[in-house]
Amino acid sequence: MELQSLIYLFVGLSFALYIGIAIWAKAGSTKEFYIAGGGVHPVLNGMATGADWMSAASFISLAGIVSLKGSDGGAYLMGWTGGYVLLAMLLAPYLRKFGKFTVPDFIGDRYYSDFARAVAVICVVFISFTYVAGQMRGVGIVFSRFLQVDVNMGVYIGMFIVFIYAVLGGMKGITYTQVAQYCVMIFAFTVPAIFLSLQVTDTFLPQIGLGGKIPFAFDDGVKMIDSGTYLLHALDTSMTDLGFAAYTVSHGGTWNVFMLTTALMLGTAGLPHVIVRFFTTPTVKGARISAGWALVFIAILYTQIPAVAAFARLNLIKNLQNVDYAKFVKNEVKNSDGSINRGSWFKTWEDSGLIGWNDRNGDGKIQIAAGKAFEGKKGKPHFDGKRGASGERLTSNPANGVSKSSEQMRADGKIENEVYLDRDIIVLANPEIAGLPNWVIAIIAAGGLAAALSTAAGLLLAISTAISHDLLGQVLMKDPATGRSKLSERAELMAARLAAIVAIIVAGYLGINPPGFVAQVVAFAFGLAAASFFPAIILGIFYKRMNKEGAIAGMLAGLVFTFGYIVYFVFMGGDKADYLWGIAPTGIGTIGMILHFVVAIIVSSITPPPPKHIQELVERIRVPRGAGSASTH
Amino acid sequence: MDDNAAQAYWKENITTILKLLVIWFVVSYGCGIIFIDELNAITFGGFKLGFWFAQQGSIYVFVILIFVYAKMMERIEEKYDVHE
Repeated sequence: MELQSLIYLFVGLSFALYIGIAIWAKAGSTKEFYIAGGGVHPVLNGMATGADWMSAASFISLAGIVSLKGSDGGAYLMGWTGGYVLLAMLLAPYLRKFGKFTVPDFIGDRYYSDFARAVAVICVVFISFTYVAGQMRGVGIVFSRFLQVDVNMGVYIGMFIVFIYAVLGGMKGITYTQVAQYCVMIFAFTVPAIFLSLQVTDTFLPQIGLGGKIPFAFDDGVKMIDSGTYLLHALDTSMTDLGFAAYTVSHGGTWNVFMLTTALMLGTAGLPHVIVRFFTTPTVKGARISAGWALVFIAILYTQIPAVAAFARLNLIKNLQNVDYAKFVKNEVKNSDGSINRGSWFKTWEDSGLIGWNDRNGDGKIQIAAGKAFEGKKGKPHFDGKRGASGERLTSNPANGVSKSSEQMRADGKIENEVYLDRDIIVLANPEIAGLPNWVIAIIAAGGLAAALSTAAGLLLAISTAISHDLLGQVLMKDPATGRSKLSERAELMAARLAAIVAIIVAGYLGINPPGFVAQVVAFAFGLAAASFFPAIILGIFYKRMNKEGAIAGMLAGLVFTFGYIVYFVFMGGDKADYLWGIAPTGIGTIGMILHFVVAIIVSSITPPPPKHIQELVERIRVPRGAGSASTH
Repeated sequence: MDDNAAQAYWKENITTILKLLVIWFVVSYGCGIIFIDELNAITFGGFKLGFWFAQQGSIYVFVILIFVYAKMMERIEEKYDVHE
């Protein structure tokens, strides 16, 4: 079948499945809407958490980042998995025992303060919106590439699908849809990874293949790499030949890798849409096991990512170095073993603007190496609509030709780069680069959408719950006499659905008009989660003496510092030289977290201890006995 | 359940968590970041050890840690009779 019809088929089938599940699991009560009735099996809950957690960024961009950064990409791999150890041991069981619906519930009750609750609500809404904007954009990009529609149209389609199952089903609908989405996503990632692993290392499991040997010889442009060389060794050698840093050696500096890993770990443990997952299990024990299963399901994907990243990096050098562009894009170039080195993907992605080729030495052949292929900001090509001698797209970037032939460069051991590659296309283009069958490429489209939609739905739910339950129910419409919401169950469910609709519209708007810094806002979400929720919850459980004054002062200190640092250095053009102890904004959440702890403990030690009933509350959440079902409204 | 049992339980819980977090720190920060260059001198198959810890090994250890923790806590809870 044609690639396009296969894509329609797979994407259509997966969407029909999600909507079917949403209708089957329609929420009838606020408890079902917020925490799926509190009765989700730990394994299923773990699977749903995995889908919720792994976003379009994990599925599409992470392999690209690791491929680009090599060894230092480990910060992302360890950061985004290690946080679950902290979640399982320091947060999940106690929050489950606490037994309400949301993170602001905990903050508000434990610190006996509606002001603390309101601060928590604002954090949830802000963290979740920054995250969801990126997801909606991801949905739009995948749709535009694979369904051949406009990016904006893609965002509208995504909004419609999320609308149906988030608004109708609430947490119950989302949880069961996410289980299905996890299955689609993991299948979509694993199948091409296995194909690649067989092709590049003759090994079935990508995790093992990463340490395997290449069954072919190839020319990296400077010298031949023998067949039977270890993959990672071949990568180190060819990358060094081409002027890159060696793949398996760390270059980022221990200090910054350390800080980034910590911020990602603590941010993971503090993200409200992840934490709320552990309110949905039936028991405290279930909450612990569920965190374990979530990490199992995440690890299945995350241990394949470094393998895919390395395969992709090698394939790029092997397939692109010194091939004739005009023949390559017409699929006329042959590999050394006589098979066809298909290059039509190069033209497809060049047409979409994510690849550029600048024939600097005019030999009609592609040269790939370290350095900028195009002059100008970040080396990005600015296409001017004209075509060059080989049929490539020309740009308005300043000329930067070189006079050396590829033979001369080989002799000198220094290749001049001619290729611009957007790192986000690594996973999407990988199967095409490797010449995998069409149905594999179609599955990737369905997987990318599953990843983006499942995360978007979880985030939208976190936002709508924060508004209807925490802000309306517990702050604005609270009956001072009973301490409960004045809204009826029906009215609150209606408010939750309305809030979800508004959240979807705002998210769609942000997806269509991205603030222009979608990649950087991720640092925002993680930094703020690490500096706000993580310490506040830990202190609430492990430090009985922590009182409301300390908690509020700590949260505000952590937030204001982290917020200010990121805004100053990312959005207001702060100079790198002024970094505090050389820490990049992506890792500053770690310092915000430490600041939070210090301020909270100092302030609480000079103010009165919390009232007796709060100390008893802390005693109670520390022991599992008597968890029962999640408390009713 | 009396207060003493609850306190003893809590203490043992904290000790367990700290022990496991030491392992968590050693495999990720220790092997994958701080001593990565030293460990890279050791190779097995096609892997350098530090690189393997940073991109594969630490993730496997994380998974095992959570399940070990859940199992240990179950035992401790029965010992102090505070289980659900």
